[in-house]
Amino acid sequence: MEFPPSLAAPLAVVPIPVVEAAVRLMFRSLLKRHPALFERLGEHKGKRYGFRPVDLPLVFLVEPARPAVSVMRKPADVAADAVVEGPLFLLLALLEGRSDADALFFSRALTVTGDMEAMLALRNALDGCEIDLPRDLGASAGALAPLVSRAAEAIRRRALAGENAAWN
Amino acid sequence: MELICPAGTPAAFREAVDAGADAVYCGFRDETNARNFPGLNFSRQELGEAITYARRKGTQTFIALNTFMRAGHEDLWYQAARDAVRLGADALILADFGLMAHVAETYPEQRLHVSVQASASNPDAVNFLVEAFGARRVVLPRTLTISDIARLARQIRCEIEVFVFGGLCVMAEGRCSLSSYATGKSPNMNGVCSPASHVRYRQDGGELVSELGAYTINRFPREEAAGYPTLCKGRFDIADARGYAFEDPVSLDVMDQIDALREAGVSALKIEGRQRGKAYVAEVVSTLRKALDAKPEDRRALLARLRLLSEGQRTTAGAYEKRWR
Amino acid sequence: MNAAKPTLTLGPVLYLWEGEKWRDFYFRIADEAPVDDVVIGETVCSKRLHFTDPCFPPVIERLEAAGKRIVFSTLALVTLERESQYVRSLVADSPYPVEANDLSALALLEGEPHWIGPLVNVYNATTARLLARRGATSICLPPELPASSIAEIVSATPGIAFELLAFGRMPLAISARCAHARAKGHIKDNCQFVCKEDPDGLPVKTLDRQSFLAVNGVQTVSFTCQALLAELKDLLACGVHRFRLSPQDCDMVAVARLYDDVLQGRLDPEEGISLLRQIYPAAPLSNGFHHGQEGAAWVARARNIGHGAST
Repeated sequence: MEFPPSLAAPLAVVPIPVVEAAVRLMFRSLLKRHPALFERLGEHKGKRYGFRPVDLPLVFLVEPARPAVSVMRKPADVAADAVVEGPLFLLLALLEGRSDADALFFSRALTVTGDMEAMLALRNALDGCEIDLPRDLGASAGALAPLVSRAAEAIRRRALAGENAAWN
Repeated sequence: MELICPAGTPAAFREAVDAGADAVYCGFRDETNARNFPGLNFSRQELGEAITYARRKGTQTFIALNTFMRAGHEDLWYQAARDAVRLGADALILADFGLMAHVAETYPEQRLHVSVQASASNPDAVNFLVEAFGARRVVLPRTLTISDIARLARQIRCEIEVFVFGGLCVMAEGRCSLSSYATGKSPNMNGVCSPASHVRYRQDGGELVSELGAYTINRFPREEAAGYPTLCKGRFDIADARGYAFEDPVSLDVMDQIDALREAGVSALKIEGRQRGKAYVAEVVSTLRKALDAKPEDRRALLARLRLLSEGQRTTAGAYEKRWR
Repeated sequence: MNAAKPTLTLGPVLYLWEGEKWRDFYFRIADEAPVDDVVIGETVCSKRLHFTDPCFPPVIERLEAAGKRIVFSTLALVTLERESQYVRSLVADSPYPVEANDLSALALLEGEPHWIGPLVNVYNATTARLLARRGATSICLPPELPASSIAEIVSATPGIAFELLAFGRMPLAISARCAHARAKGHIKDNCQFVCKEDPDGLPVKTLDRQSFLAVNGVQTVSFTCQALLAELKDLLACGVHRFRLSPQDCDMVAVARLYDDVLQGRLDPEEGISLLRQIYPAAPLSNGFHHGQEGAAWVARARNIGHGAST
């Protein structure tokens, strides 16, 4: 599922600081609810993770060590150790642990470039938390609220559909 | 028969307990267990909490300490054994007989299971581990047919646990250095196989190439789903043929043989997949639980649902069927 | 034990060589190769036993006459009843020491002097000492072990001889399934002994034509050939005095002479390496496991020693 252009298009004109403020609020509320999230990363905590939703004009950079998130407008080139690219709802599904990232990573639904082990660590760490997007982010999503709730619905519809490629 | 379920994280652990596991197996977040993957496994505190949670629901917890102790660093394994015992593990799953001897001597009351990594594939081997270390259960290598298992069960003095669902090692477990030959990291020494740190994907014309260390493990044309480059499930050139030289990328499923396994004398069925997500664990455990409790005639429909869930993925009965060899 | 003179052991032939080839190989070893110990007998697949059975008596006789010490090998993977029976009778009846290659042989050999082969998982001194207490007199350590582990195990396990694989393709895996038969369109139960067509293993190449592995029946071995030559001096110093040569389809007498020359100080190790490449050109040399790297790697003495893992 690609994100409906009608929802994504306005983001091209919303000023970055506005988007970033909303994303940071979500990020903080997520970490408050799941304080152990980045500890699971171990040696990979110091890495920088890039997220490139193919259906949004934005790029996100997460730095667990600081911890911080920043937003850039495409075609920005993020200085990340590992980058994952795919439809927004799959990236958010990864966050929720509702679909098996094994399948997503290693099929071509998501493309991982750079440090594969760091990205695997992040996916395992996320899976180890019990993130519930509407519950954890809904309230703080601000300008991005429609995106989050729409994506969460899509994830629930598709839950487990991607469970098809074992990784070992 | 008991249902033994995997957990790579506390979240997956709770899912497995809630879904009806009789026991959950897991490991510490270090090289003492054979699923030492980044971001997985348990701190001491997490394991303590998990065990408490499991106890409340009447579920057992097995701790896998199933790598081989690195010479000169045995304390890491000894401490893991000490902590697992202290935290109240219902069983330790061990592969290294040096570690088995240590546990048997130091914690004689502790229940000891023989890991699949120990490769105890015949009655003489199993009875040796029972006599020498008081092993109470053996997890059999995925190299035996059901009739082999039945014959074995009649000749040994401990319980039998077998893998029934999930990933499938083609090689005898605990006796494979393919991964370290290509990457320097092995299941026996580092608790990893075909580690992500050595995985690379690259685009070559229309094909996606998966590499492990310096070696190409597979090439996928555009229309084909790509897989993880697990070494023994790669495509190679061998004897004028091109293909999956050792095994296709399939997973194990022998749930339709539950009754035969029970008759053969199996006490516990094990699900592979500590590296899989909690959603997978929840779904597989609850379905297999229902299947195990259901009448044989109702079982087929339940299992069909599970196969639907693993859409597109082929399964095999592996060595349980003689023709596989 | 530390004052022991270095010796060479000839490991069992891992491949299926037809009776006559197998017999003539051992005749020549008996007559010409400077090896002290000869480990002999089928190790990989119980289906192959009948090929060499008739040749055993003359081979044993010739080896004994030449003053070689004989050790009987056992099967690496024992699952069938007849395989269990075979190992039991070997242990019960062997006039020579037996080498354990799986847990069943290990169990049966308790209390009598025996050898431990490289396919038994000995990764630490706790395990080595346990085996020594049960009667093991010699342990050939697994090829996967790095030098640091070897030094640690040897120094912490007195009173027992340690051996290392110094030449030959490394055993990497064993399976219930026969990839060799599968590659040639058969299954194991009807394999037609196709593995005898490949006396040095059947090469496995990657889709990018990289030489990678070789298949030997149910066993998978490295494509590269382990070659510890420059390392011998350090190994002697840390207490390893026995070095195993695993037969490949090449002039094994020349290989044994070469290793003997290096061990006795008659040949410079670096020169030995280039000569070895001429004797066995079929496989590139490797020593990566020993240096804590990927097993397929070749670490040249002059440069990379002490270097971290390469990628």
